[in-house]
Amino acid sequence: MPSKITLGPITRAQNSCSVEVTIANGKVIDARCSGIFFRGFELILRDRDPRDASYLSQRICGICSAAHGTAASFALEDAAGIRPPRNGNLLRNLILGADFLQDHLRHFYLYGLPDYVQGPALGPFVPGYTKGFRLSKKNNELLMQHYMQALEVSRLAHELVTLLGGKAPYNHGLLAGGSTVPPAPDILADFQSKLHKVRDFIKNVMIADINTLAEAYPDYYHIGTRTPNFLEYGLFPHDQYDRDRHFPAGVVIEGRMQKLETSLITEHLHNSWYAGNDQPQHPTQGKTEPDREKPGAYSWIKAPRYAGKVMEGGPLGRLWIRGDYRSGVSVMDRNMARVLETEIIADLMEGWLTELEPGAPVFNSFDVPREAEGVGLTGAMRGPLGHWLRIEKGRITHYQIITPTAWNFSPRDASGQLGPVEEALIGTPIEDEKGPVEIGRVVRSFDVCSACATH
Amino acid sequence: MPIRIGTEPLRPGKLSRSAPPLIWLGTNTCGGDAVSFLNSLDPGYLDLLRDLADCRYLYLTMTAEGDMATRILDEMLTTLPGKYILVVEGTIPTRSNGLYSVVGMRNGEPLTALQAVRELGTKARYVVAVGTCAAFGGPFAAMPNPSGSLPVQAVLDRQVINVPGCPVNPDWMMGTLVHLIRFGEPELDSFNRPKLFYGETIHNLCQRRHYFDNSLFAKQPGEPWCMYQIGCKGPDTFADCPYRQWNGEHLSWPVKANTPCIGCVNPEFPDGNAPFFEHLPDVRLPGVRVTADRVGALTAAATVLGIGVHLAGSILTGRLAHAFKQTFSGSGARTRLLQNLIQRFSKKR
Repeated sequence: MPSKITLGPITRAQNSCSVEVTIANGKVIDARCSGIFFRGFELILRDRDPRDASYLSQRICGICSAAHGTAASFALEDAAGIRPPRNGNLLRNLILGADFLQDHLRHFYLYGLPDYVQGPALGPFVPGYTKGFRLSKKNNELLMQHYMQALEVSRLAHELVTLLGGKAPYNHGLLAGGSTVPPAPDILADFQSKLHKVRDFIKNVMIADINTLAEAYPDYYHIGTRTPNFLEYGLFPHDQYDRDRHFPAGVVIEGRMQKLETSLITEHLHNSWYAGNDQPQHPTQGKTEPDREKPGAYSWIKAPRYAGKVMEGGPLGRLWIRGDYRSGVSVMDRNMARVLETEIIADLMEGWLTELEPGAPVFNSFDVPREAEGVGLTGAMRGPLGHWLRIEKGRITHYQIITPTAWNFSPRDASGQLGPVEEALIGTPIEDEKGPVEIGRVVRSFDVCSACATH
Repeated sequence: MPIRIGTEPLRPGKLSRSAPPLIWLGTNTCGGDAVSFLNSLDPGYLDLLRDLADCRYLYLTMTAEGDMATRILDEMLTTLPGKYILVVEGTIPTRSNGLYSVVGMRNGEPLTALQAVRELGTKARYVVAVGTCAAFGGPFAAMPNPSGSLPVQAVLDRQVINVPGCPVNPDWMMGTLVHLIRFGEPELDSFNRPKLFYGETIHNLCQRRHYFDNSLFAKQPGEPWCMYQIGCKGPDTFADCPYRQWNGEHLSWPVKANTPCIGCVNPEFPDGNAPFFEHLPDVRLPGVRVTADRVGALTAAATVLGIGVHLAGSILTGRLAHAFKQTFSGSGARTRLLQNLIQRFSKKR
């Protein structure tokens, strides 16, 4: 006799989300993922000065704000037909890179680790599940100590953002035209010294910790599996002309690499709380009309598809496309890739620091176009992020955003295809229905960001 | 290991008995205030857990999920009424009966933020609205306010302490919590903000004030001069950013990063502060000499009172001056101001 569990709220998911699973014979046989809150940024951004989007759209998400600032800046630069100066590109890469370090550290330790490690008998570590934990007492204690250290190290990563962007989250250093803090030697030295501390922690502690987890939970290389279907827009432009990126754009369909063709992106509304069941739309044509009473719908998240296919985004997809990691698609592979990506980005940042030219310009001024369209595509912490923008009479008239977690945590589309997390949950063994610790492990391997997904 | 930090293990039973229970509820939020709070240096997040509060429910970092989490909220109502501090982060949507923000499930039904805040808020010892959204509506109640969002004060018939900022500066929130826990309620201004942090304008505290006074203005972001002409809302914005600065070691703030302050703590943020890169309206009326900081004090108040900025000059000299002063003193005035604010947001529904 199948039984249902609704896990709501799923905490540690950048605000909360909800998952309903059906279980039979100790395994998940069906799953529905729901975004449970809506703010409406695509409507709020309308009628505003296009320059405000790079600051205001950062407010979509408190943990990956720099990714939105980057996408919004790219979109306006595309619309205005301008490029940042060389330093501007490097500074923006450093700001976004630092926010990646902050985000990956906080996800791995603060959000993900409590699924595998038991904390002390003190809020907010209790109450929690009591079964299904496998680390030795010694390793459990060690990883909890690293959790405490990660609190400080992730704060340090946000201080890197602050040095070049004034504050974090919602830094001011990301805007169309470039960046704003000239690379003076004292700031660079401060940045480098702090970056070394963060980088040392990643290399000496975080890498060892993911290996400890992987050794204790090897079956999670076979849980939360999917066909390798990945999408990535490319992350960190090599230079101001943005001819290629350090993490390249690309598409993987059933394990085969393809070139990205952005015209194949559409969003379905069928099971989402938005008016209309029409044909899926490309984001240049997409609409956002909230309707919480829509019959049959179950999520505030739309269902983006690529050539009609269900795509996953994130560090695993990025490393797969880059050719750095292709061993599998599972809970532990996703977690492993996220940690490896953290190390790669910290190393790249060291290089960008040395490329900065003190005294050279950081910002190119420009006129906001009266009529124009633009698109800003970037890799974000959880996968591909796109902002689609139209300007009329100097104001924003159309803004559509497709976030990584919209791809990953999407509901079923019009043809009934499950979203990636829904797919990955199916087959997950549940040992104890009263304490289904396994569900959160699958969901959090995608590093679900509820705030971005619904926006 | 390059840095030896935070290695003292957390032990149960270390909390002193005076540490009050704490609920930090996420409603319609990006989670940015909780993330910013994690950037507090001293005391830090660990100090909060270890020494300051009994953190029963922190939506962003807590281990519990599902019914296990929602049960904590129910337990607080039945076992600890009048004892706990309730922190609310995010707006409270009212559209579709509050279903635009659900915080969990209760008895198989969605528990809306509206329900949760009303129930928990009524029985809390203190209610703190953290971030500009919870305090004043902020970006998520901005035009056209798609979720029918209200600030916390608008759904509770009791005092709410507002700690705005987008996000909140970690010090403002940690400072307010420490004040409540160790010294009781801090002194509040007419918007129920702690005066300790929101008592003076950015403009008056700004390191670049002398550039303003000497007309040395930046023409574009990235220049080291006064940001007034490219949109700085410093004259209009009450916060201590220039002195305190941001994050951990207090390293920088938007003007130090050569960009304008966008007034993110303000009750009218973002609608009243946009476009971010256009400067404040000039007030040039016959017989009125207005300096930038007076423009600030008046536009801030005037917007809230629902009076157009163009009237600011006449308020200064005209018959409204008396009423204006009254509004800003006394406890009845505070209530009136907030009521007005609430009305303003209600109209957008």
